[in-house]
Amino acid sequence: MLPKEALRTIYPLVEDKIVVTIMGALPAELYALGHRKSFFYVEHSMGLASSIGLGLALCLPHEKVIVFDGDGSVLMNLGGLTTVASSHPRNLVHIIFDNQSFLSTGGSPTATASGTDLAAIAQAAGYPTAVTVRTLDELREAVTAAVEGDDLACIVAKVEAVAPASFHMDLGLLENRFEFARALRSRVKA
Amino acid sequence: MPVSIANSTVVYDALKAVEVRLISVLPETWLVPTVRLANEDPEMTVVPVAKEEEAVGIAAGAHFAGTKSALLMQNHGLLSSVNGIVSLAMLYKIPLLMLISYRGGLGERDPWQTMGGSKTIPVLQALGIPYDELSDPASVAKQVRDAQSLAESSLAPVALLLTRSLMWEE
Repeated sequence: MLPKEALRTIYPLVEDKIVVTIMGALPAELYALGHRKSFFYVEHSMGLASSIGLGLALCLPHEKVIVFDGDGSVLMNLGGLTTVASSHPRNLVHIIFDNQSFLSTGGSPTATASGTDLAAIAQAAGYPTAVTVRTLDELREAVTAAVEGDDLACIVAKVEAVAPASFHMDLGLLENRFEFARALRSRVKA
Repeated sequence: MPVSIANSTVVYDALKAVEVRLISVLPETWLVPTVRLANEDPEMTVVPVAKEEEAVGIAAGAHFAGTKSALLMQNHGLLSSVNGIVSLAMLYKIPLLMLISYRGGLGERDPWQTMGGSKTIPVLQALGIPYDELSDPASVAKQVRDAQSLAESSLAPVALLLTRSLMWEE
C-alpha cells in the first residue's frame, strides 16, 4: 500500500474524530487530504502520540480517539503499548503505519524490516484486537470495524516507504495546539 | 514501611483540592501510600505507566481534554522524562504538575539513589523548570495550589519535590 492511498481510503472514517498523529510523512499526507481542527500533529516528542491519545481517550470517554503512529515511534515507546492495554480505553483506535523505516530522516531500516511484528507485540501487551493489514480493502475493513466498534483496537498497516511530495504544512505548531484544544472544548460543550 | 501515611494523605488531599482528576504514575517506595489513596478513590483516574516519559504525553492529552492532572514519579523518572518535557510540554506549552520524590538528598541511606539526588535540582534549573520543596505538611496544600496555578498560567512544567522530611518517618 502507498501511505497516501491508505490514508485516503480511511480518511472519511476518521475526519470527524479526534486524531493524533506522529510527525513526518504521515501528517503531511493527512494534512494534504484535508486538515480538521480536531487533528493534532505531534511534531517531535517521538513515541508519545499514543500516550497523548491515551490521555485524551481516558478524559473524553464519549469521543472516539484515533492515533496514527509509525513503526519507529512505536518502537521508541514499546512500554506505552502495555500502558494503553492495561488502561484499556474502549474508545481508542491505534493505527500504526509500518513502512519498516525511518523514512523522514533518510530511510534507515527499523526493526520491523527484520521481522519485528508490532501487531503481535500489541496483542501480547494486551490489546483485545491487533491485526496486520496489507491491502486497502483489509485496511478499510479493519478501521471501519474499529471505529464503529466499542473496544480498544490496534491496526498495523504495512505501507511502502514512499515520502510525500512535500512535508510542508501551512500550520504553525502552536497554532495547531491551541486550535486543537479549542476544538475539543467546543465538542465537550456540544 | 516508614513512609508517612499521614503526610501522603496530606499530599493526596492537596491534589484533590485543586481538582486533579487524573494521575499518571510510576510508583516508588515513597509514593506507594499516595498511589494507594488514588487507587481507592473512584473520582480519580490512575494511569500506571511503564516509563515516566509516557506521563508527559498523558498529561498533554488530559490538558487538551480539559482535565486537570498530575504526574507522580521519582527523581530518576524526571531524568528519564527530559525529552518528553522538552519536546512536548515545553515545545507545545503544556502545563505539567509534577510531584517528584526527591531521593538521594541529605539523610539518604541507599547508595544507588545518591547520584540522581545530586543531579535533580541542577537538571530542573538547567531546564528552567520552577520548583519548590515540600517539607512541611502544613504548607503542602498551598504549595500544590501555587504550583498548579503557575503551571496553568505559564502553560509550562512546574515541579514539587517531595522531600525525605515530609515522606519518611525515621
